[in-house]
Parts: sequence; C-alpha cells; structure tokens
Amino acid sequence: MYVAVKGGERAIDNAHAWLAEERRGDVSVAELSVAQIREQLALAVNRVMAEGSLYDPDLAALAIKQSRGDLIEAIFLIRAYRTTLPRFGYSEPVETGRMACDRRVSATFKDAPGGQVLGPTFDYTHRLLDFALEAEGLVEEAATGAPREAETPHVTAFLNAEGLIQEEHVPEDDRPRDLTREPLELPAGRPLRLQALTRGDEGFVLGMAYSTQRGYGRNHPFVGELRIGTVPVEMEVPELGFSVEIGEVVLTECETVNQFTGSKSEPPQFTRGYGLVFGQTERKAISMALVDRALRWEELGEDNVGAPAQNEEFVLYHSDNIQATGFLEHIKLPHYVDFQSELELVRKLRREAMVGEKREAAE
Amino acid sequence: MTQHYNFAYLDEQTKRMIRRAILKGLAVPGYQVPFASREMPMPYGWGTGGVQVSAACLTPDDTFKVIDQGADDTTNAVSIRKFFEKTAGVAVTERTGDATVIQTRHRIPEEPLTEGQILVYQVPIPEPLRFLEPSEVETRKMHALEEYGLMHVKLYEDISRHGHISTAYAYPVKVEGRYVMDPSPIPKFDNPKMEMAAIQLFGAGREQRIYALPPYSRVVSLDFEDHPFDPSKADHPCDLCGAEDSYLDEVIVDDAGGRMFVCSDTDYCGSRRAAGHRGRLAAEDVA
Repeated sequence: MYVAVKGGERAIDNAHAWLAEERRGDVSVAELSVAQIREQLALAVNRVMAEGSLYDPDLAALAIKQSRGDLIEAIFLIRAYRTTLPRFGYSEPVETGRMACDRRVSATFKDAPGGQVLGPTFDYTHRLLDFALEAEGLVEEAATGAPREAETPHVTAFLNAEGLIQEEHVPEDDRPRDLTREPLELPAGRPLRLQALTRGDEGFVLGMAYSTQRGYGRNHPFVGELRIGTVPVEMEVPELGFSVEIGEVVLTECETVNQFTGSKSEPPQFTRGYGLVFGQTERKAISMALVDRALRWEELGEDNVGAPAQNEEFVLYHSDNIQATGFLEHIKLPHYVDFQSELELVRKLRREAMVGEKREAAE
Repeated sequence: MTQHYNFAYLDEQTKRMIRRAILKGLAVPGYQVPFASREMPMPYGWGTGGVQVSAACLTPDDTFKVIDQGADDTTNAVSIRKFFEKTAGVAVTERTGDATVIQTRHRIPEEPLTEGQILVYQVPIPEPLRFLEPSEVETRKMHALEEYGLMHVKLYEDISRHGHISTAYAYPVKVEGRYVMDPSPIPKFDNPKMEMAAIQLFGAGREQRIYALPPYSRVVSLDFEDHPFDPSKADHPCDLCGAEDSYLDEVIVDDAGGRMFVCSDTDYCGSRRAAGHRGRLAAEDVA
C-alpha cells in the first residue's frame, strides 16, 4: 500500500539505462562520432569550452555527445571534470596583438592596418534553409590568400595614440584571483568580473548586454574591434627559468569603444568594454564587452541608474548557468516534508479565516 | 571510479580547505563561513554543499547514512549514498544509531543523536535574511552589526496579519545569543532537536557557505513572549507504527482523496514496527 518512495535504487538504474538508449537513438541510423561533433558542430563545442572553462575540443565534443546535445548539461560535465584536474601553474598573459586572425572587423574605422577580414561568418548569409545539406555532398573549397605575416595591431591603440581613449592600467598585483578556487566576495573587481562573464551563460550575458542597449544603463558602444584567431600560450617553466610555448588556443576578443562625456573624476574621452572568450564565440564576446562596460560605472564616476547590468552582485550571482540550472531544477526533488508543514499551516490559517468569516456573517 | 579519484572524491587540498571552513564555523557558531565550493559531479541544489562537507569529514572507519525527507530510500539519498560507497568505500547504514556521519536533507532523525556523531545538512539558501534583503553585501553587514530588526518585524507582521507566524519550515533560529541562522528547510517541528549532543554542520555548495553548531549549542527559535514558538506537526499518529511523537508525511492513497499519515523518518518507523508497534493501517491489519 505504502509504496511512494520505495524502489529508488532500481528506478535510478533503470532510468540510466533508458537514458543511454535514448541517447543513442534509432540504431539503424549511424552513430555520431566525437570527431564529427568536434569538426561539424564546432560552435557548440566552442560554447561548451568557454562556459566549461576548459579548452579541450575533444572533451567538449564528448560532453556534447554524452549530453544528447544539451549544451548546459555538456558544460556541467566539463566543469565537473575540470575541477578534478591538478593545477600546474598559470600561463603568461596571452598577447592578442600577436593573434593569427581568421576574422577581424572594426565598426569604427573603414580601414586600419591589418585590414577588415570577414572570415567564416554568418553575418551576410541569407537565413534560408539549405536543403542541399540534407544530402551529403562535397563542399566547394574556399579561395585562399597569403596569410598576413605581420602582427595585427589593436584598433583601439590608434585612438590611444591621440589620448582619446582611456588608458587601461595593469593592476600592481597582476595575478587575478581565481573564481574557481576562492569563494566569490564582493566587491569583486574587474578581473574577477571578466572571469565570471567569460564563463557566464551566453543567454544571460546576451540578455544583460541587450538591456543596456535598450536603455537600462545605456553606454553607447561601438565595436572598436572584433577579432577571432589563434594565439600561442606560453608558460614559464621554473626549471628552465624562461617561458615556453605550450600550445595554441582560438580566442574571440571584442573591444568596444564607448562614448563618454566625462565625469567628476575623468575628462571626456572614449572608454572601453572588454570581452575575451574561448573559441569562435562572438555573440558572447560582444555581450561580455557591453556588460563589462556597464559594470564599470563606479570606476568611471558615472551615475548608478539602478540598471540590472550595473549591479555587480546581481550580474555575478546570476550569470553561471550551472549554478542557476541546478538550483532551478532542484525544485523537482522531493519536498514532501516542507510541503507537509505548509499544508498544515494553510489548513490552520484557513480554519481560522473561515471561523472569522462566519462570525462576521452572524454579526 | 575509485581508481581515478581520491578517497571521498575530493583531493586532499580541497578537503583541507573545507575542514578549515568547518573549524571556523564551529568556532563561531551560526556564522556563515565563505568557502571555495567545488563543482561536484551532481548538480547544485542536489546537496553539493552537504556532499563536500561529508567528503571532508569522512574517514575510512566511518559509517555513513544519507536521508532525504527523513527517508533512506528517496532517490537522491540513494544516489549520494552510492557516490560515497563508490568513491570512499565507507560502510553505509540506514540505522541512525549505527551511523557516525549522517547527511540529511530537510529532516533531523527522530532518534536522538549522540556525542561522536556528525549531522551534515544540505542547505539551499544559507542566508536567513535573504527573503527580506536580496543583496549579500547588505545581509553580511546586517549580521556583522547584529541588526535583526527586519526579521522580527516580518514575524510580527505575520502575526498581525494571520494570527500566526507563517513560516512552517526553515524557521529561523538564534544561535548562542548571537547569529540568526537558517536551519535549512527542516520543518519547524525539528527545530527544538537542534540543541543536541552531536556536531551539526551545514553546507551550501552553490552559495559557497559553511556554518556549524558545536554540540549542546543554545539554539532558540525566534518568537515573542506572547506568541511562543510552536513546533507543530500533523495531529495524527503514524498509520504504520503508531508513533505519536514523530513528524508525519501525508500520503494520498486513493482517487477519493483518502489519505494516510506515516513517519517521514523511515528508520524510526521501521525500528518501531520491528519492535512490535502497530499503527492503524499496518500490514497485518490491512491484510
């Protein structure tokens, strides 16, 4: 008779077995390989690496396969794996000025040294379903050009030469705190904010950024530069006493140039918002730059207009999708006990309210 | 899994960091200690704080019990127990008296705990003032200044509006006359049990907080002289074991809305039945 919560163990095992079967889908359809996901769903892989805070396309592809394409679930798998990895040390800061750019556009200058390079972008595609993709077919090879040998300078540096854009100061203690190794304490400061934003949920950061554009903490951004490409990662090896290159990562970097009419503490000049994200993830990088700029109101002596994107605590506490989805979804776990105590309370309050009503009616 | 991960999953450095937070919590009862919560292989909200605290406390000689809603066989309790069986290889039990470490969600066992036992609570929102003040910066200030007026006003408003304090679970307590603390979402029926012989540790993974109650700490549920705290429960005996003193779950048993009341603490209920106690609907009577 009383069977409500019995058999939990068997139920879990059976659920897992069914899940595995569903993940595989119809067995008459060829199984997806991790390499296929890595190569053909690269933007999903990029998002999982960025929000999972782990640069490993193969693991990200595996996570996507295991999670049946649920990217937040895949990010969760990567995070849970990442946290078990030992730390050998920190790399040197990457030099994005040395990036081998696949894409580099500026919305503020028609041309600049290094040129405008569209790269592999959806920007000017017509969003028409391409039914040819339903059939397998070879893709025509894209035209190639000679790679640029020289470094591609940052567009904002040109503004800097004139003193028109706010200088970014390297903090004296230039080793930022590590969000994944220390509890978040407020005020967090810009390095930690950027760390949180780059791993924050793409949808959340996008929504926050969009809200600033619509007037909730408007900050007049131009995309000074957006660049995507490969940078070398160097690490100082104590035994050697100098830095060695340990690999390459693909990054998306966005610098916004924001109009700024000056404040009590700063002269009129342009200011920046900054976004840097693993992989080709430009929606995220631009969003990040806008939110970064909004969060800098205090440092630049601007007014806090009470916009959500200006509120460091609000943004940082709600940007992480693994925290958010966990807490959101946990309400489907049993709450019999709490609910029971609420039931009794509501019954009691109702009983008294009814008595009160009757008494009033009688009077 | 055991080959790949350290004893009780977390690496020793992490466990040491958590133990430091626990010790600090025990030294300042009721104070929420920030700790660098790790991403665990179960979701936030599923007890990651409790799991990390348990991982930091467990030794190979421990006997571990996990309950959720008072029951050992709820799915998430099963899952957490399995996790530590796999990663720590510790003995597990359903018997409250036999366990050295008990991880719980939403209940305190009915059987009084003894010295030498540790009760680990899973905590969703460690901040008792959170629903009155959403900002963490502000609530930390309020605790520092012992500024709890807002909470008393809330309780007072409840009474003036409903005649009662309308908090039925996660009922706030004051610890050792200093910190107002969230007891986690246990029913207020359990609040008086918090003055106990065992160590009580509270882990909130997502919110990165640990707090603690040393044995025999003074834990007072907030109330007013003319509206004393009332640890109410369903006004029934258990339909299976006949217990009149245990917290009960209400179970709907038929389409007509018929219901029965049974102990939420499955070990307590089972032990009583094994000792021959019978309730209104115990198996033989039904058969």
